[in-house]
Amino acid sequence: MIAHAEHDVAEVVPPLKAEARNLSFHYGSFQALKNINMPVYERKVTSLIGPSGCGKSTYLRCFNRMHDLYPGNRYDGTIEFHPDRTDLLSKAVDPIEVRMRISMVFQKPNPFPKSIYENVAYGLRVRGESARSVIDDKVEAALKGAALWGEVKDRLKELGANLSGGQQQRLCIARALATDPELLLFDEPTSALDPIATANIEELISELKERVTILIVTHNMQQAARISDYTAYMYLGEMIEFGVTDQIFIKPRRKETEDYITGRFG
Amino acid sequence: MNQQELQSLRALIASHKRWDFLFGVLGVLALMLGVMTFVALFADMTINGIGRINIDFLTSFPSRRAANAGILSAWVGSVLVMLVTACAAVPLGVAAGVYLEEYAPKNWFTDIIEINVTNLAGVPSIIYGLLALGLFVYTFGLGQSILTAGLTLALLILPVVIVATREAIRAIPQIIREGAYACGATTWQVVSDHIVPYSSAGILTGVIIGMARAIGETAPIITVGALTFIAFLPPAPFTGDPSAGLFDWLFAPFTVMPIQMFNWTSRPERAFLDNAAAAGFILVLMTLTMNGLAIWLRYRLRKNIKW
Repeated sequence: MIAHAEHDVAEVVPPLKAEARNLSFHYGSFQALKNINMPVYERKVTSLIGPSGCGKSTYLRCFNRMHDLYPGNRYDGTIEFHPDRTDLLSKAVDPIEVRMRISMVFQKPNPFPKSIYENVAYGLRVRGESARSVIDDKVEAALKGAALWGEVKDRLKELGANLSGGQQQRLCIARALATDPELLLFDEPTSALDPIATANIEELISELKERVTILIVTHNMQQAARISDYTAYMYLGEMIEFGVTDQIFIKPRRKETEDYITGRFG
Repeated sequence: MNQQELQSLRALIASHKRWDFLFGVLGVLALMLGVMTFVALFADMTINGIGRINIDFLTSFPSRRAANAGILSAWVGSVLVMLVTACAAVPLGVAAGVYLEEYAPKNWFTDIIEINVTNLAGVPSIIYGLLALGLFVYTFGLGQSILTAGLTLALLILPVVIVATREAIRAIPQIIREGAYACGATTWQVVSDHIVPYSSAGILTGVIIGMARAIGETAPIITVGALTFIAFLPPAPFTGDPSAGLFDWLFAPFTVMPIQMFNWTSRPERAFLDNAAAAGFILVLMTLTMNGLAIWLRYRLRKNIKW
């Protein structure tokens, strides 16, 4: 089984945070994901790599049921979320509940046209939190967690859109962190950023894994190699190989993975 | 490229550029035709009417003597009717627009509703007047009142408000919606915290443009039975004897600016025509003020919206 490929590497397997089993996904009649099995380990960074159109973003967006926003989409299989073993894809589970437990950071920074403070506070407001002191504390903690506090603490009333691109993305990370998510999804978070802002975000992700499980889609293989503990290679909607990042990049088991990693393809 | 080829190339470019020039001239002429017509009309009204515009003209009721006649009942009527129109059209139109954009499933039923809403904007206003006469005056028994007129004009501008709302909502990037949903928001939270606030500039512009159209409407107002000569104001709340209720003015008879103008232009005396010109000047001023307000509000509200 692909899912247990890392057993060969002499390493203690960390506890599971989520596990996809026989996951397939259809956009109307087009099958975008084919029978995916993959574990997500707690407080580790797992990267999804693969060429454009391989389904890695589609797969990521299954975890917070983003596909439910659009008609004609269908999930098959399960994503079991630990420790309570809730099936994230079950029709009986409200997607709102899923999104309250799992936060997401998007490809392009998407701060709301509100103040910096209100951007970070939004997740708390959605949860009905109204005590000013609680929100103040959580906003500060989230901005510190996103390494943005020092730059914005004197301008919390300013529009989020007035920040630079890299700062906006860290603002979106703060927004995602403010509600203490169990899993944090990143959809190519640095593809719209310059190299310095990218380095900042990568450093931040490495710090964040101390407290939260991270699943990240990236089209930059070096980035996957730098920041992730586990890497999954996807191609045409299939999970080709999953393993410890070092193993994937140094001695991939599958020929297709090797071709992609070495740049012969993709 | 030799000298001769260069010469012919330049000649070619020059001949192509003549079309640029020609179209530029045509465009300016087309623009002028529209703008100048309005300017000429407005100037003519101003010249004829300016002598009549003073405080007395605004604070007097109509009269048999042109020199004493004013537009008090007309402009108060217009303002009150517009108030009713706004109060009815804005919540209905915005709710309908939000529903169609954010809630409605895409199927044949909502397609039919969409086509209908677009077509409603093209229905002649007299038809709305007939509908209102049957529905509001006779069926609901609201009388030939400010309420009836306001509701009639609200129906008239409802499609404008709906279309403006939908267009303003469509201008919001999908990624903002997704960001809000990803925070765990319900559709209602997304609508009330994001969609409506971010589209309010566009919605407001649509509302005011609709109102500017409604304030000049004559046909449907005549159909529902506005008076052409009225020498009293609707009762202000808590005045008179017996004391008027808070909403009694809604059921009062009324007239509006365009009807007052229409009435005066049909008189043979020259002095009444000047009155009509003066009233027209003020009506245009009211419309331009509303449009100016729309532009200013749009600017103010958009300043804080950046994606």
